[in-house]
Amino acid sequence: MTARIFAYIVHKAGVVDDSAAELLAAAKTIDPAETPTALVVGSGAELDTVCSNLCATFAKVWKVANDSFAYLNAELIRQALAKVVPQGSIVLVPHNHFGIDLGPGLSIKLNAAFVPDVVRIDGVDGTNLKVVRQEFGGQVSTHVRCNIANGAVINVRPGAFKPAESAPAAGVAVDKSAEVGPLTTERRYLTTIVPEAGDVDITKEPVLVSIGRGIGEKDNIPIAEELAEALGAVVSCSRPVVDAKWLPKSRQVGSSGQTVKPKIYLACGISGSFQHLAGLKGNPFVVAINKNPKAPIFQVAEVGIVTDMLEFIPELTNKVREMKQVSA
Amino acid sequence: MEILVCARRVPDTSENEIQLNSAGNDIERDDLVYSINEPDNYAVEEALQIVAKSGGNVTVATVGTDEDEEILRREMAMGANKGVLLSDDAFNGSDGKGIATVLKGFVQKGKFDLVLTGVQAEDGGAQVGGMLAAMLDYPFASLVNSIEVLDGNKLKISREIEGGNREMSEIDLPCVLSIQTGINEPRYVGMRGIRQVASVEIPTYGASDLGVDPKSVGEAAANVKRDDYFIPALGKGAEILQGSNEEIATKLIELMKAKGGLQ
Ligand SMILES: Cc1cc2nc3c(=O)[nH]c(=O)nc-3n(C[C@H](O)[C@H](O)[C@H](O)COP(=O)(O)OP(=O)(O)OC[C@H]3O[C@@H](n4cnc5c(N)ncnc54)[C@H](O)[C@@H]3O)c2cc1C
Ligand SMILES: Nc1ncnc2c1ncn2[C@@H]1O[C@H](COP(=O)(O)O)[C@@H](O)[C@H]1O
Repeated sequence: MTARIFAYIVHKAGVVDDSAAELLAAAKTIDPAETPTALVVGSGAELDTVCSNLCATFAKVWKVANDSFAYLNAELIRQALAKVVPQGSIVLVPHNHFGIDLGPGLSIKLNAAFVPDVVRIDGVDGTNLKVVRQEFGGQVSTHVRCNIANGAVINVRPGAFKPAESAPAAGVAVDKSAEVGPLTTERRYLTTIVPEAGDVDITKEPVLVSIGRGIGEKDNIPIAEELAEALGAVVSCSRPVVDAKWLPKSRQVGSSGQTVKPKIYLACGISGSFQHLAGLKGNPFVVAINKNPKAPIFQVAEVGIVTDMLEFIPELTNKVREMKQVSA
Repeated sequence: MEILVCARRVPDTSENEIQLNSAGNDIERDDLVYSINEPDNYAVEEALQIVAKSGGNVTVATVGTDEDEEILRREMAMGANKGVLLSDDAFNGSDGKGIATVLKGFVQKGKFDLVLTGVQAEDGGAQVGGMLAAMLDYPFASLVNSIEVLDGNKLKISREIEGGNREMSEIDLPCVLSIQTGINEPRYVGMRGIRQVASVEIPTYGASDLGVDPKSVGEAAANVKRDDYFIPALGKGAEILQGSNEEIATKLIELMKAKGGLQ
């Protein structure tokens, strides 16, 4: 194994993202003997802070500074990396909104292979990197072989690799900025728009009745609202419910929605995609109600109910009401 | 504006439970219900709304086989002007890069101002659009959830980033955008609409028509290969409550009380 491994470091306001430690762990599954190089792109004093912090966990840090990186625009960063990263390298990138923007095109510019959304790495066999991916919203997994003879860009699923207790590294930052040269882009960043606050703040609720595509149609939403009312909870949802405009975006749980930390999370007709689960924090008691016993949500739920939610939920609502009457 | 939308036919996960076949090496493909990949349908709707305002044409292309024609017809019934099938034995077994190579051949045959893909295919990984843009040296943006046409060959777009935030940018044409679900409300397609386009001819282009070197696509050129499908060994897994709905509801209430979620 001779390929050099790089970990693309996501950082914001001078703080290194959790994905950095995950990529370090992922690199060790490719080659335990190889220490990956942190690839850190940005500008100003903030970048120096990030680099010096990374030297505590990465033995090698490459700093790529450019004034045009005041906003981290993947279109510009791709051009820069195509100049800095040596041919034949393996570049690990987090598979988030930034990595999806950067990775596929970077592989073309480096003439390297690309594997998206990797959840496990099983090591190297000859010129093949053996990895695991999921398809169909996590319903099935696949063993994938990637020819790394010309290097590879590997987009790694956030949360899939557990950061190891890494030995402290006395890393040294090497400044690679001079290799970048002038950059231009045909995609110019303007501004970031934050979402409007919704009628309720699902991030603060202890109990969420969360509905997914399994709710079937808009006219069924009251079934969930009635249960929520009986429980003193509120209704949240997965993305398809928002896409269909059945509930406002402020109710969406997930990587592109809200991060919630309830005590109890009733996932009703939600399959359990990783983007949805990414919004579920704080180790809640998850109850999955789903008619498909193989739905991935049952792997993360504490308690599962395999049934038609449209029949079960009204029954549950009645029972909760009865109970409240008895205790009142 | 001349718009190309790249679209795929996929097993519909809201209609099927995807399971392993009896040999345990592939998914069970008998009796699968197929449909157009969901974000691709949003991409076609977006293209139709743009040409309704600014004029132009919408072409939908798929790399596939005769069976995939049905989604081209569906999107023509929605209003797309043209559907084209990119098909050749040489394309079989292509990885994402192979598919992007074929699509690049088609883009270069025409004069498209804007190329749209879906964010991701059901069995894909959000890669084809970004690769295609890089091959064409066009600017690219992924996860696009709004498009506004500006004067002077530019678009104002937003990308969906974390927490429901939207990253606004200006992007020059021609460009490639990958379209996120929820960007619009795709129009309904009735059986009547489908019947009206049932006999429209769908042109088919192979490797030589597209100027694609057969050695640059297909199984032999693929750097990324799927060996098999499998179901990973479960972790702890959920405790499945058994009984009638009523019995289960009673048990569930007890559990929720114990967790302090019910007073
Ligand atoms: C970049 C990106 C960001 C994303 N961000 C998010 C996000 O923030 N949040 C999010 O949720 N998703 C997000 N997604 C989408 C995500 O990948 C999934 O597509 C989505 O979470 C699926 O939602 P679902 O579980 O409701 O639907 P499906 O996956 O279609 O699952 C529906 C489930 O309902 C069950 N069901 C159907 N009918 C019934 C019934 N009558 N009774 C009981 N069960 C029933 C089915 O068995 C199935 O398991 C994102 C995707 C991308 C590409
Ligand atoms: N065979 C294909 N033919 C046409 N377009 C495709 C094909 N495969 C993927 N695409 C497009 O690329 C997008 C992303 O797919 P993927 O990279 O496979 O997740 C899809 O939503 C389609 O728009």
